[in-house]
Amino acid sequence: MNTAADSSRVADAARKVVQEHDPTRVPTREFLAACFDAGLSWVHFPEGLGGLGVSRGLQSVADGILQDAGGPVPFALNPIGYGMAAPTLREHARTDELKRAWLRPLATTENIWCQLFSEPGAGSDLAGLATSAVRDGDEWVVNGQKVWTSLAHRARWALLLARTDPDAPKHKGLTYFVVDMQDPGVETRPLRQMTGQAEFNEVYLNDARVPDAHRLGEVGDGWRVAMTTLMNERSSIGASGSRRGTGTIADAVSLWASRPDLHTPVLEDRLTRLWLRAEAQRLTSERSRAAATVGGPGPEGSVGKLVGAELNQQVYEFCMDLLGPEGILYDDYTMRDMERTDDWRGPLQQRFLRSRANTIEGGTSEVLRNILGERVLGLPGDLRADAGKPWKEIPRG
Amino acid sequence: MADQQDARPFVFTEEQRELRTAVRKFAADNADEQAVRRLMESDPGFDTKAWTRLGSELGVLGLSVPEEQGGVGGTLVDQAVAVEELGATLYPGPVFGTVALAIPALVAASDGPVRSELLGPLVEGTRTAAVAVADRAGAFDPAAVTVQAARAGDDWTLSGTVERVVDAAAADDLLVAATGPDGVALFAVDATAGGVERTPLTTLDLTRRQATLRFADAPARLLAGPDEAERVIGHALVVGSVLLAVEQVGASQHLLDLTVEYAKGRLQFGRPIGSFQAVKHRLADMLVDLEHARSAAYHAVWALGDGSDDPALAASIAQATCSEAFARIAADTIQLHGGIGFTWEYQAQLYYKRAITDAALLGSAEQHRARIARLVLDTASGEAAPAVATG
Repeated sequence: MNTAADSSRVADAARKVVQEHDPTRVPTREFLAACFDAGLSWVHFPEGLGGLGVSRGLQSVADGILQDAGGPVPFALNPIGYGMAAPTLREHARTDELKRAWLRPLATTENIWCQLFSEPGAGSDLAGLATSAVRDGDEWVVNGQKVWTSLAHRARWALLLARTDPDAPKHKGLTYFVVDMQDPGVETRPLRQMTGQAEFNEVYLNDARVPDAHRLGEVGDGWRVAMTTLMNERSSIGASGSRRGTGTIADAVSLWASRPDLHTPVLEDRLTRLWLRAEAQRLTSERSRAAATVGGPGPEGSVGKLVGAELNQQVYEFCMDLLGPEGILYDDYTMRDMERTDDWRGPLQQRFLRSRANTIEGGTSEVLRNILGERVLGLPGDLRADAGKPWKEIPRG
Repeated sequence: MADQQDARPFVFTEEQRELRTAVRKFAADNADEQAVRRLMESDPGFDTKAWTRLGSELGVLGLSVPEEQGGVGGTLVDQAVAVEELGATLYPGPVFGTVALAIPALVAASDGPVRSELLGPLVEGTRTAAVAVADRAGAFDPAAVTVQAARAGDDWTLSGTVERVVDAAAADDLLVAATGPDGVALFAVDATAGGVERTPLTTLDLTRRQATLRFADAPARLLAGPDEAERVIGHALVVGSVLLAVEQVGASQHLLDLTVEYAKGRLQFGRPIGSFQAVKHRLADMLVDLEHARSAAYHAVWALGDGSDDPALAASIAQATCSEAFARIAADTIQLHGGIGFTWEYQAQLYYKRAITDAALLGSAEQHRARIARLVLDTASGEAAPAVATG
């Protein structure tokens, strides 16, 4: 429960960090290390692992104080690390020593993390993936191809889901590992997307070796471990800024305000609808934060991801329709490797093109609607052609 | 519940959860679907004894009336909890006229004998009221007032016509905006007095009745003079808009639950229709709409209490969101039920008619969006506009 005592404990710790490590003066990593040591990286984590063992809802108390003092938004610096790796490691890494060894440099952003999940043949049907891991003494030997891996070129560590038993039904034959991206068997290549940029990578695994100690969870239990990661991904993508009118909608509203010459009543109502949708989703995030108690994110996080992704597209479609002929130009299609997600800082047309991926990445809107239908509303699942079959007998292509 | 502040937005207290359970049980016992159907086809359209029990025994008709005015001194959140549960069952009774509009208007008016005399019986549920103030899109427009007030000494009389007043046919008291020599004021009229003619109308939603009011030198008592009438009426309309939004949430939740259960149990092609993605995805969209409606309505409820947002903007956000959500959820409820959803016997039609009615009351979603555009878009800055590539 959110007791007042816990809340003031978090606030006191945050004020102390800010006082002793002024984020406007000390290097980012030093500041984030102080946050970790004070238990403010993930307040619901145990003490010693970047947390204080208090309710997850109190994270906003810490973030408010740290960021008001000029501290960075750590999620933006190490998104996979903070949003997905940290909760997975905390729950499934096999020793406290490993947890600490991974979590602290993750928190300071010294070590960037990426995830090796999707494959050319396994997108929405992630559990059908084909990358194999074969045991060799105290190690595993990994072979396969992963795709849509953001930050792979900068990452020190990766979360990997691989098939360890092709004879088992697809969900049962998977195991979860932490992979050293500096292993000689790991090769990263940029993957160019429709904006012209290469924000993502393909990762080829050729006899990459992983110590068994870096396995998360039991052999064959990888799917359950992956659920920890994926639910956190969805809720972290869905948890947007909390001030009214911020986020993507601000692009449309400010563009509108800057171009009174283009106003029409029809466009005005369209923009108002978008603003209203953004505001309703913002309030919904606030409401679910207010209701958050101890425990991880639930399937309700899928609401935020679904709405946010579709809203982003609609916002930029609106901007393009507002601009008309002025909008159908571009700045530069020359391919550049990107640091983080530069598409969102680029010109409007680049943001517009980038938004097409929003309803695909991190769970397609179709899959998210299935999740809302089945896990939140309790509707029955669809008929499955692959149910119960050994993975190797399932048609692929 | 004595004069407490609801400190944390979106978090209900233990007392409020108990209140919800009590109202839900009362509505289930007194207004199941059969009872709603029986009452909507009889006069006066609701069970007056049950209404009195709602006021006197449960005490949920004037929850946000301050103690010094004879109320229990709760908050608007308390009142919203009760209205949401009454909305879930389409509880037949003058919730709109009495609870959403008349009581808030009386609470906002200056203290005086007329207010004291009226407020008690409305809160107790021994009398009911309707409000005839000519709103335009949920905001008060003095220029739209169609009733004239004439003064003779300390006595007032009203003349004029107000069309389509919700809950007026059965009301005991009418709160009427009328233009007098010094401007628009708010008056109280005994509905049974001479000079008052009420013409009941056949409404789209039989559970929410209307009447047209004609006043011919009807005796009236001054409730709020021209100095405060606009404020009083404005307050009532904002509170009414927010409580209407909460009612829309309650009814929408009922419909989503109903439709989910139906989709689980109805078999076609040898499987539950809820296993088809075309059906499942529509239900997922209904869930999203409902979650948004609930957030917008609750935000407004809390914002009116703690002053954390512009009341007019919060009310318009709630109304624009909830009117559209309830109407769409009700339409999708019919669609997902297939043929049975279109029948007179099935309950979907009752909710659909309430959804269309609620959307039209106190401003449509479109009108509220137009107001939001004035409040938000017209004041926005273009300084941070994204760069546009120019080739």
